[in-house]
Amino acid sequence: MAQIGSFALLLALVLSAYSFFAGMLALIRPAAGIDRIGETARRAGIATFFAVTVASLCLLVAVFTNNYSLVYILQHSNNDLPAPYKFAALWSGQEGSLLFWSWLLAIYGLVLRLRHKTDRALFAHASVIIAAVQLFFLLLCNFAAHPFAIVQGQIPTDGNGLNPLLQYPEMVIHPPMLYLGYVGFTIPFAFALGALIMKYPGEKWIHITRRWTMVTWGFLTCGIFLGAHWAYSVLGWGGYWGWDPVENASLLPWITGTAFLHSVMMQEKRGMLKIWNMWLIFTTFLLAILGTTLTRSGAVSSVHAFAQSSIGYWFLGFLALIFSVCMVAFLMNKKYLRSEHQLESLVSRESSFLFNNLLLLAACFAVLWGTLFPIISEYVQGTKITVGAPFFNKVTIPIALLLMLLTAVGPLLAWRKTSTESLKRNFLTATYVTVGLAAVLSIFMKPWTDMANFYSVMAISLSGMVTIITFQEFWRGGRVLAHQRGSTVFAGMVQLARRNTRRYGGYLVHFGVALIIIGFAGLAFNQDKEQELGNGQSMQIGHYTLVCKSYTQDDNPNYGSESAIIDVFRNGKFVTTMFPERRFYKASQTPQTMVANHSTPEEDLYLIYAGLNPDTNQPIIKARINPLVMWIWIGVWIVVLGTAFALVPNLSTARQPAPVGSRVAVGAEAD
Amino acid sequence: MKKQSAVSLQQALSSRGRKTWAVLAVVTVMLLTLAPTDTNHARFNDLGHRMMCTCGCNQVLLECNHVGCTASDKMRDELQQALNSRLGDQQVLDQFVQKYGATVLAAPTTHGFNLVAWIMPFAALLLATWFTVWFVHRWRERPDGAAGVAVAAAELRGADIGALRKQAREETEV
Repeated sequence: MAQIGSFALLLALVLSAYSFFAGMLALIRPAAGIDRIGETARRAGIATFFAVTVASLCLLVAVFTNNYSLVYILQHSNNDLPAPYKFAALWSGQEGSLLFWSWLLAIYGLVLRLRHKTDRALFAHASVIIAAVQLFFLLLCNFAAHPFAIVQGQIPTDGNGLNPLLQYPEMVIHPPMLYLGYVGFTIPFAFALGALIMKYPGEKWIHITRRWTMVTWGFLTCGIFLGAHWAYSVLGWGGYWGWDPVENASLLPWITGTAFLHSVMMQEKRGMLKIWNMWLIFTTFLLAILGTTLTRSGAVSSVHAFAQSSIGYWFLGFLALIFSVCMVAFLMNKKYLRSEHQLESLVSRESSFLFNNLLLLAACFAVLWGTLFPIISEYVQGTKITVGAPFFNKVTIPIALLLMLLTAVGPLLAWRKTSTESLKRNFLTATYVTVGLAAVLSIFMKPWTDMANFYSVMAISLSGMVTIITFQEFWRGGRVLAHQRGSTVFAGMVQLARRNTRRYGGYLVHFGVALIIIGFAGLAFNQDKEQELGNGQSMQIGHYTLVCKSYTQDDNPNYGSESAIIDVFRNGKFVTTMFPERRFYKASQTPQTMVANHSTPEEDLYLIYAGLNPDTNQPIIKARINPLVMWIWIGVWIVVLGTAFALVPNLSTARQPAPVGSRVAVGAEAD
Repeated sequence: MKKQSAVSLQQALSSRGRKTWAVLAVVTVMLLTLAPTDTNHARFNDLGHRMMCTCGCNQVLLECNHVGCTASDKMRDELQQALNSRLGDQQVLDQFVQKYGATVLAAPTTHGFNLVAWIMPFAALLLATWFTVWFVHRWRERPDGAAGVAVAAAELRGADIGALRKQAREETEV
């Protein structure tokens, strides 16, 4: 199996090299007969997918057959590892995850190359750029981190096992989603660079790029929040985001991708910000690679990071190469990126997008700066320092609040210029309600007592404003359509959304983000308590009484476990029974908590079985009340739904062309 | 009789006075013992969130609860001892830095080179805001960019930019 896998990897390398060089030749010297070489390059790109697939399958077969003659399988699996987690072994180590990255890129490349008839020239350029990226990853797989390396000497009968932290259902989905996001940004990058090199006229490439970016952004969003949910459920510290360098690395391309999805509308609608958009896409891809560099070089301390290795230098070289190519292409072709229109008013949709981008990029810079500062400090001062949650919270929360304000304001501004009357008409209700909401919240949350409380009041009030304005937009348009069609307002709203899926999908995303922010705002009111809890004893936290009924033990081939059985009462009424658990994984000889969580829209009751007190031999239970957390996960679902909805073709173009008048009337122009 | 009643009143008053003094003393003792405890608890919570656990879990000291952690319990005890010994916040932090190194602090300090860490994000935001305003100002003053487009269009390898735009707009359908 190892030989087949190694051969498939080598074949994939040769094929991607051919796809790159032959494709480039066909683009540089367009002549009779060269087209056929271009076509062979495209087919070699398709064949690369099959070769990488065979290599990936070989590794999977090796995991499932417990083939410990491979170093990778020995280090990341064991005989008693449950089948779903054997899949996770594919991306749990450096070598496997690079192969997985190559495979996902090959899938994206396959889809792109099969759709080449959409625009042969542009897709040919993009195909060559993807082949170059693919070539880099296959070089790594073949020469720097070979997944089929053979164990020297005696072959053990059992492996070291998978990291216990990864033995959780979400861990089977979270890394693939995140990788789909990271890898996916190669496609918009390839189209953007291709379009720049071939001096493409403008709108079409950006249309293609925007759709790919939305898909990729959706995957990355899922990946990031699945990771947050995993951290919340498994790590047992009661939080979902720790500002770990690797978490930050995933956030950076997400932020610039978000900025692009907004500013691209200015290019589509008004032919503006062409240079900016081009560089946003370049930056997004560069940040995805930078994140990978940080993770894999061991340059930053992180629970996620792979061991320190020389692979970081490969990535740094690749990063420098990409940046150089982008810069040269830009300098040679920048005159094709001139804006077609000027900004007419500061109070307009265009300027709201400009400031939205400004704030997003400022947030991106703050996160990047904080992530890299330990390295900079070590270089300048000779001492490494920590830049953790207190720094990031202080720096990013004010920016995030300003962004929420813009999220609320932006949709109400018209393109080109917004009149004062229109501003008054659109904003008055929302402003009154928001100020009222803030006043009511202030009575209960006392924002003057603590900065965290102040931020919470602001976050919930601004989220409320976003929600009101979002529904106001649906309501107004729905009412106009209902009037025209004689239907109900709800039917009008559905019709409206289907006529402009991108716009109203975007509003759904905004609504989802508002709910997520409400969930974050609960952080200021977390409570926690730790207590020894013997059989029959009870503890009080908030309005909950926890009564320990018993402790139990279990054992299976993979792990042994101890868990507490705790009855939960709220204001004296029985609510539920919870089972916080502690596992001990046999192969890796490491303990792990399994949090018990009782989640309601109001708050989560979060219990951790922390083990026995060595002095008293009594079990210790840590309890937390985390308000509003459920809204984060609900918000994420709405964001994902909104993104999916935005990708659906408009009803008016797909099936039923709408009269021009009605489209203008319902505000389709304001996309 | 009058004398007797005066004595008993005096006794009653002195007895009431003693009780009052006793209650006042208890309350004072309670306040004296409770107040520092509450302050200590708040300081423990604050300082514990300004330091990292040093076991390698990369978590804030008071948030670290990973099973079998070899560092956090010990560090929390040390923090409590430091607070009991009436050290100031900065002294406590300095003591931990001396023992565990600069990485024990969860955020950069606000002096020396570390101050740059705090300044840069806001400086970048201000600079970017200034640049955006300047850019918008210039943009508004500039004549319409159609001329630039015309130059670009003329060089489009003979392609008909108008037709391409029309096609692209139809396909983008915004």
